[in-house]
Amino acid sequence: MTPSDFQFLADLVKQRSGIVLSEEKGYLVDSRLNPVARQNGLADLDELVAKLRVASIGPLADAVLEAMTTNESFFFRDKTPFDNFEKHILPTFAENRATKKLRIWCAAASSGQEPYSLAMLLKEKEGTADAWQADIIGTDISKDILEKAKAGLYSQFEVQRGLPIQLLVKYFKQDGEVWAIDPAIRAKVIYKYFNLLDSFAALGKFDVVFCRNVLIYFDQETKKEIFEKIAKVMPPDGFLLLGASETTIGLTERFKPVKGHRGLYALDGGETTKSVTAPNQMKAAAS
Amino acid sequence: MKQCLVVDDSRVIRKVARQILEELSFDIAEAGDGQEALDQCRSRMPEAILLDWNMPVMNGIDFLRALRAETNGSQPVVVFCTTENDITHITEAMQAGANEYIMKPFDRDIIEAKFSEVGLV
Repeated sequence: MTPSDFQFLADLVKQRSGIVLSEEKGYLVDSRLNPVARQNGLADLDELVAKLRVASIGPLADAVLEAMTTNESFFFRDKTPFDNFEKHILPTFAENRATKKLRIWCAAASSGQEPYSLAMLLKEKEGTADAWQADIIGTDISKDILEKAKAGLYSQFEVQRGLPIQLLVKYFKQDGEVWAIDPAIRAKVIYKYFNLLDSFAALGKFDVVFCRNVLIYFDQETKKEIFEKIAKVMPPDGFLLLGASETTIGLTERFKPVKGHRGLYALDGGETTKSVTAPNQMKAAAS
Repeated sequence: MKQCLVVDDSRVIRKVARQILEELSFDIAEAGDGQEALDQCRSRMPEAILLDWNMPVMNGIDFLRALRAETNGSQPVVVFCTTENDITHITEAMQAGANEYIMKPFDRDIIEAKFSEVGLV
């Protein structure tokens, strides 16, 4: 592929999805787009780019974008965010809120493991004093992967990565090599196609936003814009969870890391303020 | 260093599991069947056991029941690792005291994920 063709593809992908393709990602472009070319009856990537130059919007461009998204996911991935959710976020809300209702957004839901992990975690609390009523919304830029998420069908390999065996037995039904998630868990998650570059206005408010392992593919400017947009769809006491290698530091002042909780961020003036003021309030009450 | 007893009648599987678990900083002991594993546990109880189901002399599930009846037999974390990949076997293993369950074929990621799940790594 010529440098000019590579740049054309990189611009197209960046413009439509925010994903940055640097030159060292050339191997990724080759391995992912050669099958797209073949499926569309094109001889090679040169022909693919030539066709895209004529029509950069349409099924072929959509197929290119689908192919360039990364859909790596597994149940309870990295564990820490789920510990943060269960052991910090829920107790903080329980202490400070009048109702036990939540709206959670999984902003890069991929094949559904993250939202379903949350649904199982919350289901385990049903009937206890720690029960919460939650709406879980999973969005992704890949329509294909959203179809897989909606189906809730996983391979033996997929159900063995991060999913405790007790939850597998409890919430999945086996059909040969395929494991189907319990319809009751499946019904707890609503999936929608969504591009993080678009306006968030129609999404509504979210108490908790999981936006993990997606911003790593974006440039600094796009990350900043997305953080700003996320801040606007959260209440003052909302929480943001990022992937292990991601941070808001140096990109936005809207979020501050929650001390002692890796990957967990609160809106500036939200949770952090409460932590500082709570002991003083207690002192005042005691005196 | 934590010891993991790898119980499998296949030398190849034991070798692969040993390689993976040594990378995860385990000291490895091996047994080719349940009886041999039980004898080893009686002289030194390991912290973890990676356990096959179908083996000669004594199978995995009988070994697990015998182990859990031993003094200190509740201590090791037992992770089944077997081709018995149906829910009936999984349930039976959990009821007999297994802590986790790996369905073969497995790879390093799966072993690491499952051992992490039960607090071993």
